[in-house]
Amino acid sequence: MSEQLLYAAEAGLNGLMAGVLYALVALGFVLIFKASGIFNYAQGVLALFAALTLVGFQNGQVPFAHLINAIFGTQIHEFGWHLPAVVAILLTGAVMVLLAILIERLILKHLVNQAPIILFMATIGLAYFLEGFGDIMWGADIKKLDVGLPQGISDTVESVTDRLFGYGFFIDRLDIVATVVAALLVLTLTLFSQFTKYGRALRAVADDHQAALSVGISLRFIWVMVWSIAGIVALVAGVMWGAKSGVQFSLSLIALKALPVLMLGGFTSIPGAIVGGLIIGMGEKLFEFFIGPMIGGATENWFAYVLALLFLVFRPQGLFGERIIERV
Amino acid sequence: MFYREAGDFKTRYVDDSQTFPIRFDRWRYYAVLAVAFGIVPFLINDYWANAVFVPFLIYSIAAIGLNILTGYCGQVSLGTGGFMAVGAYACYKLMTAFPEVSILIHVLLAGGVTALVGVLFGLPSLRIKGFYLAVATLAAQFFLVWLFNKVPWFYNYSASGQINAPERTIFGQAVTGAATTPAAKYLFCLVILFALAWLARNLTRGTIGRKWMAIRDMDIAAEIIGVNPLTTKLSAFAVSSFFIGVAGALFFAVYLGAAEVGEAFGIQKSFLVLFMVIIGGLGSIFGSFAGAAFLVLMPVLLKNLLVGTLGWPTDLAAHIELMIVGGLIVLFLIVEPHGLAQLWRLAKEKLRLWPFPH
Repeated sequence: MSEQLLYAAEAGLNGLMAGVLYALVALGFVLIFKASGIFNYAQGVLALFAALTLVGFQNGQVPFAHLINAIFGTQIHEFGWHLPAVVAILLTGAVMVLLAILIERLILKHLVNQAPIILFMATIGLAYFLEGFGDIMWGADIKKLDVGLPQGISDTVESVTDRLFGYGFFIDRLDIVATVVAALLVLTLTLFSQFTKYGRALRAVADDHQAALSVGISLRFIWVMVWSIAGIVALVAGVMWGAKSGVQFSLSLIALKALPVLMLGGFTSIPGAIVGGLIIGMGEKLFEFFIGPMIGGATENWFAYVLALLFLVFRPQGLFGERIIERV
Repeated sequence: MFYREAGDFKTRYVDDSQTFPIRFDRWRYYAVLAVAFGIVPFLINDYWANAVFVPFLIYSIAAIGLNILTGYCGQVSLGTGGFMAVGAYACYKLMTAFPEVSILIHVLLAGGVTALVGVLFGLPSLRIKGFYLAVATLAAQFFLVWLFNKVPWFYNYSASGQINAPERTIFGQAVTGAATTPAAKYLFCLVILFALAWLARNLTRGTIGRKWMAIRDMDIAAEIIGVNPLTTKLSAFAVSSFFIGVAGALFFAVYLGAAEVGEAFGIQKSFLVLFMVIIGGLGSIFGSFAGAAFLVLMPVLLKNLLVGTLGWPTDLAAHIELMIVGGLIVLFLIVEPHGLAQLWRLAKEKLRLWPFPH
């Protein structure tokens, strides 16, 4: 194979790995959208919040330290302990579940039967709130997240590809871990929704709210459950992104990147989220590689959106979405 | 008592179809105009102009524009920041290419250019609806910002990548550039806002506005009764983008003076204007003003309170502001999904019956 092609293959492969991370965020969107018809803009901020909380627990930060110091003039910052990663992750998971309960109690309960656009706006409001809240609780500085995931170039991949093609591919080990974790997550979710009582209830709600209510499924419980699952998916996404590029505000912007992924895959399809993520991830890396240098680079900022836009013109429901049927 | 139709006899059709049929409303309207044009310019100083009045006026224009598209025609757009950038850069190119032409014409032409771009990005709305469209307009937002960043022609090959507004005058008074007086800035924006708000109010009362609303309420049904979705949706995109383009041009030329596209017209701006429209009230011109006033004033007040009075650090105040904005949006949606405009309507209904409710 020629050099150019090998570079392209490497870029494409890296794109696939990035796509897995987009898909992780998109997965949270799809879960909530299926179960409650809510387009949850706050998913990215949930990931940010989860990552912030995780780092905070690990490093033993005092929550609201900045605020407390401002009000009382004290100088407290840390408890002075370091929790092991597993404990911190479990605690953060608990926080995300608590958050899901609060969101249901304080917001969703009051907005039942509102137009979808109103609910969408409410999640934007929630995103702003959580962003400010997370910053006040844990501080706004860029944090390093380290839960012991392997990082750096994968020597195995490099040596194998070197032997095969005479050129070692540069693949981050973290990306490989992320791919495995994403695959496991999707598998667990599929098993959960197919073979457990609550999974079946979840699918019933996704199918038809009214019918599910009439056979005795509690909508509110399902909503809490689905927001908790989305919170935990956000935690996984937050850990992966946080380990890759540090925990900072830009983390919440990956939520925006997940939107074209969703449009491409269809809002209601879990496989769609995965395939969409892979297409977008690979597409934007390859586009940047081949076309980027000709038109000034940094095409990753908009490529995904334009691709999704063009795609939607031809297939408005996305790749795997349910066909949109409109009645007057 | 004083707020009712009784006793106000309309003897001509023109009287009957006027914007403010109630006499008190008319007086209030003239009074507000008199204060805005006759009193504020003499009292205004630099702080009030830059912190409150000029941003309020400019955001009002943008909010009216977005309200036409989202509130009246039902097409959700997240590309406002990108369209404002088009207005700003079009204005900049025109200002530097034809320095002898009046700035007023440049601002309006910038709106025209934005309208063309808006129509272009509005084309997919014929196929894509709802959320899908909202996300599709993000393509406009990110692509346009990238374009203005990467193509040096747009910023006249300046080394910093910034655009700077040169000094331009109207009737010998500088309205852009460093030498502008606060009153000149204020009046320039006010005149444009007044003209555009009057235009928007009358457009939405007429045939075209009714077509927009028909499309918003149910596009298929509207098509069946003979509303052409192509021209209706695209005209909404054109008019809305014109307003937003003018707002962008003023935001850059009059308010900021110098702008860097990613910072001044990023995605945050799109959301800010959208919040103004939601908090103010979808489908209401008054709501656009109310929403803009609310979101311009609130940060100023909070900052004065937290940083000025309590002496908290600025970054903490900024985070609390985020929380409050987010919380208020949720609260508004729960308590009054139709925004401040609905509260205003309710107040007027109450006032009409006051003091004898039966």
